Parts: sequence; structure tokens; C-alpha cells
Amino acid sequence: MSSERKQRIAIFKFASCDGCQLSLLDAEDELLKVAEAVEIAYFPEASRAMMKGPYDVGLVEGSIITHHDADKIQQVRRQCRLLVTIGACATSGGIQALRNWKDAAEFVRTVYPSPDFVQTLKMSTPIAEHVPVDFELRGCPINKLQLVELLSALIAGRKPNIPTYSVCMECKRRATVCLAVSRGEPCLGPVTMAGCGALCPAYGRPCFGCFGPMDSPNTVALAADFAAKGHSHAEIERLFRSYSAWAWQFRRATEERRQA
Amino acid sequence: MGRDSRSHDAAALLEAQGLDELIRSLERRDYEVLGPTVHDSAIDWGPIHAAADLPAGWTATQAPGSYRIERRDDARRFAFAAGPSTLKRYFHEAERSVFSVESNGSPFHVVEKQDAPRRLAFIGVRPCDVAALAILDRVLIHDRFPDPAYRARRESSFIVAANCTEPGGACFCDSMGAGPHAASGFDLALTELDDSTMLVECGSARGEEVLREIPHAPAGKDVRERARAAMAAARKRMGRKLNTEGLAQALYDNFEHPEWEKVAARCLGCGNCTQACPTCFCITFEDASDIDGSRAERRRRWDSCFTLSHSYIHGGSVRQSPKSRHRQWVTHKLSAWESQFGTPGCVGCGRCIVWCPVGIDITETAAAVARQTAPVEARS
Ligand code: SF4
Ligand code: SF4
Ligand code: SF4
Repeated sequence: MSSERKQRIAIFKFASCDGCQLSLLDAEDELLKVAEAVEIAYFPEASRAMMKGPYDVGLVEGSIITHHDADKIQQVRRQCRLLVTIGACATSGGIQALRNWKDAAEFVRTVYPSPDFVQTLKMSTPIAEHVPVDFELRGCPINKLQLVELLSALIAGRKPNIPTYSVCMECKRRATVCLAVSRGEPCLGPVTMAGCGALCPAYGRPCFGCFGPMDSPNTVALAADFAAKGHSHAEIERLFRSYSAWAWQFRRATEERRQA
Repeated sequence: MGRDSRSHDAAALLEAQGLDELIRSLERRDYEVLGPTVHDSAIDWGPIHAAADLPAGWTATQAPGSYRIERRDDARRFAFAAGPSTLKRYFHEAERSVFSVESNGSPFHVVEKQDAPRRLAFIGVRPCDVAALAILDRVLIHDRFPDPAYRARRESSFIVAANCTEPGGACFCDSMGAGPHAASGFDLALTELDDSTMLVECGSARGEEVLREIPHAPAGKDVRERARAAMAAARKRMGRKLNTEGLAQALYDNFEHPEWEKVAARCLGCGNCTQACPTCFCITFEDASDIDGSRAERRRRWDSCFTLSHSYIHGGSVRQSPKSRHRQWVTHKLSAWESQFGTPGCVGCGRCIVWCPVGIDITETAAAVARQTAPVEARS
């Protein structure tokens, strides 16, 4: 492996908080090994590396919220052999997708003294609504161990071990007592993709779905169950509309919810 | 495991203080002693060092999708039904490294994980869970491909059963012939009679040895009668029932019953039922390599037939629909297990019902598919 050419990695940012990119810098123990194993060719947030494409792997953080973003992602796609979206913003539109139910222009008028300078799209949309995406890493932010696993797999040319089942599987493995069953808390774990290691429930906080929908989520049934347990439609809407609000399965939970 | 069935006649009377002696006697034999303890809003397995660590005066109310711990107005230590965790996690680990391949340059070498098994003693194992261990033994020790890690851990374990005097709202061990009284598979078995006394039965030579070190009195006929009456009363208070007569075949015969669609519409596909089940043994393997390519590892983890990846073969997953996955689960537990291993794969512990976030009830589904009469309602 060492004799082969190093993979050239580029990291791009769209509308986001930088938290996912920071996960890479936060992988302290692995960072030196990562830096040795790949060539970080483009990473404006963290280094002077601004080498021209093409790249083997493009890691894309953030959602598309401006015309400029929409043009730029097309260029990025053309420069990357593999395109990997990282984090809730890039994979589902992020928390900023809450604007999709509101009038973005009105926000702009309220917040900015010179609204004319702000050019924004009506919606915050995930990267996959604009260009083909080869792989997704979920989470708000992503789990740095999953990022290192993905890079290790890409270098070795093997399948990454990124599960797509529910958070419940991880709760049970670590023997966390189910918060939904033992305390009656509304938890999104049963419809949310694993990968965080069932972090929140381990600290007594129900899952708020930051990893987005799992591979085959029955969000409509979970919403119906919340309703049957006395949660109002507004409460249920708030639960599903957070970090992964614009993921279609989460949207469907409240928009097409069957009468309970 | 060298454990066999003994009759009530070999029983002795134990005072509550005897439990401290029991724990000390097990510790002298180098066992880590575990028992039910109250933590995380549940009565669940944890380390115990004295009888005072047991959940005296606690119980849990169980219903489909709901579990709540509560105080009792007595000081019984075993007055609750099976809790969230099974013994499976101690013998058939949730995650385990199988082997790794390491290289500092070349050549590489294979490192097999070999750990001395923990010597675990469990006090207060419910009869359903004792029966579940026998089922797991059948699959993981006595089948074609024994699992050496499981076997080593099982062989160095000590089981003190606690017969069930307080079945839960989802229990149906009586229907499955697994409880409320443990017939075999234990070293010692307790039946709690009141706050301060219990009946002890021996199930193995090791159990007899340990009992000899603990102060006890011979159990008179009246005491044995009280224990028998407690068991008879428990049988009448099962939260659920399942008529197993002809059930395995009836489930096979009704593969396209509309009930499967109905239950699949409610099922979240989360997999909790299988992960909470004391007999579900499915695992998946994954191969990983380090970023610098110096180390690769094969790991195994619990899996579930509710995951899409469980039935993934070249080209995609075989069980795409939620219906097919739900049906796989129910029919494996209650039909296919029988053809595969000669017993049902279910002991009626009720965990899949209680720990299902939406309270799906396997006894209801099975009865509906096999066109039986509806199961009894849960006690409130
Ligand atoms: S199928 Fe359900 S009731 Fe039967 S042993 Fe498993 S968890 Fe217990
Ligand atoms: S019911 Fe499903 S998870 Fe359980 S042993 Fe059978 S196939 Fe495996
Ligand atoms: S039956 Fe319940 S616990 Fe099992 S997968 Fe369906 S929703 Fe989850």
C-alpha cells in the first residue's frame, strides 16, 4: 500500500458551522496517521493546502443555500472521483432547512440592515439534490471514528463499516436501558441511523435524530405512537423537525401522518 | 454443564442472612457475583457484594412498551419479573474482536483473541432466563459449530435461579414450559417465601457444595407446600398466554395471512425485540483495517433479522419489506427454531413485548396468524 500514490483529499464547505470539519482535526490520536496516509490537497479551513484538482476524494460539508453554492457544487463534483457528504447539513439540509417551511426573504429583511446585499435561495437543500453523491457520513456533527473508518476503508479499497440500522441496536449493545420504555420519553432512536454509539441515551437524553433516518425507518408509525401516548401534533413536529428536518422520511412523519 | 434436575425433597430452608454467606462462599471460589440491582430506572444486572445490594422492596410494572420500577410495601428481594438485560450479554458478547492481523513491515502474523473467561456467578436468574441458557447452549455449544468463547464462559459460570412469584404483565413462561419454576439448568434455586425466608433447591454437585457452607435448615413439608402454592399462584397470574399446540405448523401454513401486513405497518424495524431477547443469537462480522495498513481486525457484533443488512447477499437484501422481516422474526422464534434445534426459540420472558417501543405483542400476532382466540389482557 505504501508504494502506491497517496489519495488526494479535498475538503469543501457550504452552509454549515464547521463542526464536521473540526471532527477531523479533533481526531487527535489518528490525525498524524491520517496526514501521513493521505495527501490533504485542499483544506482552506485548516491549512494552506490549496492545490488544484482533480481529487480522489472530496469531503463536502454544508448545505446549498445560495445560487453561488449551487454553481460551486457542480464544479466540485467534476473535480472529485468520489464525493462524500459529511454531516446533517450536507446530507439532509441541516438545521437551516427549517427555513424551507418559512419565508426566507422575510428573515433576511428582519435580520439584515441592507437586505439587498443578501442573495439567498428559498430553501436549504442537501448536496444529493444537486449532484450524485457516492457516500454519506451522517451526524451533527459526524462521529470522528466513522470518518477515520471511512478514510481507512478508502485507502485499503475495502467496504467501510458504517451501519445503516437504528440507534436502538447500539443502545442495546451497550446495555442502555431504553428511555422510551422505562421513562415514557419520546425518543427518535428507533427511526434514526446508528453511528453515534447511542451517545445521548447513554446520558439520559432521548435521541433527537441528528444522524437522520435509518435505512428503512417507519417514521409514520412512530409519530402515530407518540400521538397515542398523548403528544400533540406540534410537539411531534418539533421532534422530527430539528437537525434532519428536511430528510423526506422525517418530513413524511408529520406531513402524511395517518390518523392515530 | 453438569447441572441436572433435583426434586423439592432435596430442598432446604434459608434465612435471608444466608444470602450474605452465599455471596461470600461464591467470592471465595473466585466468582464475580452479579445480581439484580436498581439502576437507570430499572432493576438490572449489576455487581453485588452483600445481600443488602439486592433490590429489597422494589418491583417493576411491565406492559407492552412500558416498564416502571416501583416500591413495594414489603422487603422481598426477588419480587419482580425479568428485567431489561439478559444473561446473553455475559456469555455471547454484544461486541467482540475475533482475531487481528498485524504487520510491522512484513510478514504479517495473526493474533487470536484469547482471554481467560470471567468467572461469573449470577444470583436471582429468572426461570425463563435459565431455560434460555439451555437454548443458547444447544445452539452455541451442542451444534455443528461450537463457539469456544461462549463455551468457556458458560462452563465457568454459577447460576442461582430465583423462581418467579411475581410474573409481569407480558410474561408467558408457563405457556412455553419455561417457568415460573426452574426445573433444571441451575446450581441452586431459590423460592422466596416472605421477607426473611426462602426455599433452596440444589441442581448440581457444585450447588450442593456451596450450600454446605451456608447455614440452612431442612425444609419441612409445610415449607415445601408454601413454595408449591406460590408457584401455582404465579401460574395463574401470567400477563400473557400462548397456545403452542400446532402453532409451529399453523404459522408456516399462514405465510400470507393479512395480519403480517397489519403488524408490519406498526413495526418500526428497530430491532429492539431481538436484541432484548435472551435466545436471539444472530451476529454479524466486519473486517476493518487501520489507516496506516499495519493492523486489520475481524470483529463480531450482535445483529438482528430486522436490519436490512441481515439478509444482504450479492445484489441486495432478500427481506426488503418490513413484513418479511417481521415474519422472519416471529416464525423463527416459534416455528423454524423447532425444525432447526428441536425446541421453540422462545421462553415467554415477555421482553420483546415490553421493550418494543410501540408495544407489539408476539403472542397477539401469533394468535391472530394462527387464528387462535385473543390472548388475555395485561394486568394493570
Ligand atoms: S421471543 Fe420474546 S418472549 Fe420469547 S424469549 Fe424472546 S424476548 Fe422472550
Ligand atoms: S429471530 Fe431473528 S435475530 Fe433472532 S435468532 Fe432468529 S433470525 Fe436471529
Ligand atoms: S416489533 Fe417492536 S421492537 Fe421489534 S422491530 Fe418492530 S417496533 Fe422494533
